[in-house]
Amino acid sequence: MKTASQETETKQPQKQPDKRFRVLDVTMKRSQYQQDSLIEVLHKAQEAFGYLEEDVLAYVAKHLKLPLSRVYGVATFYHLFMLKPGGAHTCVVCMGTACYVKGSDKILSNLEKEFQITAGETTADGQVSLVTARCIGACGIAPAIVFDGTVAGQQNSESVSKKLHQWQEEK
Amino acid sequence: MEWAELQEWADQARQKRKNIRVYCCTSTGCQASNSPAVKKAMDKAVKEANLGTEVQVVSVGCMGFCGQGPIVEVENSQDPNHYRLYEQVTPEQAPSIIKGLQGEIVTATPGNPNHPFFAHQLQIVREHSGQIDPESIEEYLAVGGYQGLHHSLFEMSPEEVVQEITRSGLRGRGGAGFPTGLKWSTVAKMPPGQKYVICNADEGDPGAFMDRSVLESDPHRIIEGMAIAGYAVGADHGYIYVRAEYPLAISRLEKAIKQAKRNNVLGTQIFGSAINFSVEIRVGAGAFVCGEETALIASVSGGRGVPRPRPPYPAVVGLYGKPTLINNVETLGNIAPIITKGADWYASIGTGKSKGTKIFSLTGNVIYNGLIEVPMGITLREIVEEMGGGVPNGGQVKAVQTGGPSGGCIPADQLDISVDYESLSAAGSMMGSGGMVVMDQDTSMVGVAKYYMEFCQEESCGKCIPCRAGTVQMYDLLKKLLAEEATAADLAQLQELCDMVKATSLCGLGQTSPNPVLSTLRYFESEYQDLLQPAMSKV
Ligand SMILES: Cc1cc2nc3c(=O)[nH]c(=O)nc-3n(C[C@H](O)[C@H](O)[C@H](O)COP(=O)(O)O)c2cc1C
Ligand code: SF4
Ligand code: FES
Ligand code: FES
Repeated sequence: MKTASQETETKQPQKQPDKRFRVLDVTMKRSQYQQDSLIEVLHKAQEAFGYLEEDVLAYVAKHLKLPLSRVYGVATFYHLFMLKPGGAHTCVVCMGTACYVKGSDKILSNLEKEFQITAGETTADGQVSLVTARCIGACGIAPAIVFDGTVAGQQNSESVSKKLHQWQEEK
Repeated sequence: MEWAELQEWADQARQKRKNIRVYCCTSTGCQASNSPAVKKAMDKAVKEANLGTEVQVVSVGCMGFCGQGPIVEVENSQDPNHYRLYEQVTPEQAPSIIKGLQGEIVTATPGNPNHPFFAHQLQIVREHSGQIDPESIEEYLAVGGYQGLHHSLFEMSPEEVVQEITRSGLRGRGGAGFPTGLKWSTVAKMPPGQKYVICNADEGDPGAFMDRSVLESDPHRIIEGMAIAGYAVGADHGYIYVRAEYPLAISRLEKAIKQAKRNNVLGTQIFGSAINFSVEIRVGAGAFVCGEETALIASVSGGRGVPRPRPPYPAVVGLYGKPTLINNVETLGNIAPIITKGADWYASIGTGKSKGTKIFSLTGNVIYNGLIEVPMGITLREIVEEMGGGVPNGGQVKAVQTGGPSGGCIPADQLDISVDYESLSAAGSMMGSGGMVVMDQDTSMVGVAKYYMEFCQEESCGKCIPCRAGTVQMYDLLKKLLAEEATAADLAQLQELCDMVKATSLCGLGQTSPNPVLSTLRYFESEYQDLLQPAMSKV
């Protein structure tokens, strides 16, 4: 958390070089700018920026001395990397076999109907991104849902929709 | 470090263990049902009851009964009869469990440790899961940890280690069941020079969480297995490729690697010997195909996880072009006990060609969900009906899916088959990594086939056409079937596609993607037939 005094110290918060790039610099430096560390660096970048915008990809490409096409190729190959901004909150519906057998497909289709988005999209108010996953390894408590990084087990359509409404009201 | 010194070290760790140990599971399954709060409440209750000198609350890994979490277990080393198991424990119930130690009535729901779910198990890889704090190297030492590594380094030559693993009959637990000793000896025989060991912790199979649980519950066991492997094949560096979806496993591994380095069981001159071995973590980014070994190697080096044709096998040309040993988490978890207890002991467990135990994640329409480790040769019926308690609400088992997208469905009338590599493939499925999903009478088998085909279609890396285009075609045909718009000609085409994709795909993903269709066609053909529409009559 930033304190008020820190805010005043950095006089022009918007115009300053984005601090988040420094996080990237540290990560790349630690791996001695090895091209092998690309995936790790992209993970860090997504953590810092929320998603991988084009100038971030270009920055990484430049510093690891990789063609942008290679960086872009890797970023699009893996499911966890997002090239578009997500919502304020993320709801991941597990669509692995155990969860599927216990009705996660119904949970998902209900959410899609109720919130009028398909998996991979964000609600119009920008509050909730709906995402699917291929097994998060909590199959013993299927169907499992991840709410902002926290796994919840034995969910149903009502419990999930309630949580999403809660998020929307928080705004 | 000398053997005696290691012993002394382990003894000290053992002496620190208090008589009464209260185990609180803090693995992912139980965390999702609030177990960290339970652990905290337990600590507080012990403090308030002034029992700190006798009672130790330990945060432990998965005990297997994840469906009933949070799980708490109480063990008294002075009084073996005082063994208690509690399920679905709430923080409010914590004080009552502690008071129960002094004979008072406990309000928490007791579990039954003699339940077939536990009684049929034989734990080798998971022997310490739920018994030690995974974040403490001392706890691992207290149960004999790193003795296998020490023994290998000082009492055995690398060749002897490879021989011991070969004689044990251990086969790879990552899916195909390739003999582990043979793989090790291939890498060992390559000319000396840079070699690598990779632990495959990608675990992309949906419905499987054995590897995750082993990493979360006993990370040092895997590190020890890798170090022994490194010594045996002549590698001084190892990578653990773990999926990003497993944050707790990653953080516990990171801690374990740090502790191991600090205590000189990893790094340079391990135990003062001339042997070096270091371990690094590589985090995946969500791509099922990265579990395939050549794709994994591409991903470890920071690229797109795209498979390449084999041979050459990674054992010959692997990471950075060097000989590389790739083993699954569970395979590596078997190494230390084989070294300390001997190949003969290990080979005495299991069936003729499938030795030892296998961990399954038993899930789906079954009463008791969770992780089980069973000797090979147990029947599917014992697992599903006795250990798992059968289908809830009086339902019927229709089929059991094993092997994930590469496997198939075994129908209820074949539940008496022995669970081993050969029997499962004879039944049209496979061992795979260990997902076991029970399906009840209401499950549509064509729907299941479509489910897996959707998975394969999405996960196909797209490098070769049979898999890239074939899985899409098959998926569309299955969708058409389920929409009751397909004719006999469509079904015939589906079958043809299965054969073609199987025969012509480059890697295991494409080669096995038709399996769920083929196995459901084999046993549930009538379900496909029932959906067919009569062909349009010719005008
Ligand atoms: C598409 C595909 C996915 C795979 N996923 C995994 C996996 O997640 N974990 C794993 O250990 N092996 C996986 N494998 C098998 C590995 O390629 C490899 O055979 C295995 O890690 C070898 O280890 P083992 O001999 O100890 O079983 C996969 C194979 C294919 C074709
Ligand atoms: S079979 Fe599928 S996953 Fe494997 S290389 Fe070909 S396209 Fe990629
Ligand atoms: S299938 Fe959903 S957590 Fe594994
Ligand atoms: S996660 Fe707690 S028992 Fe498996």
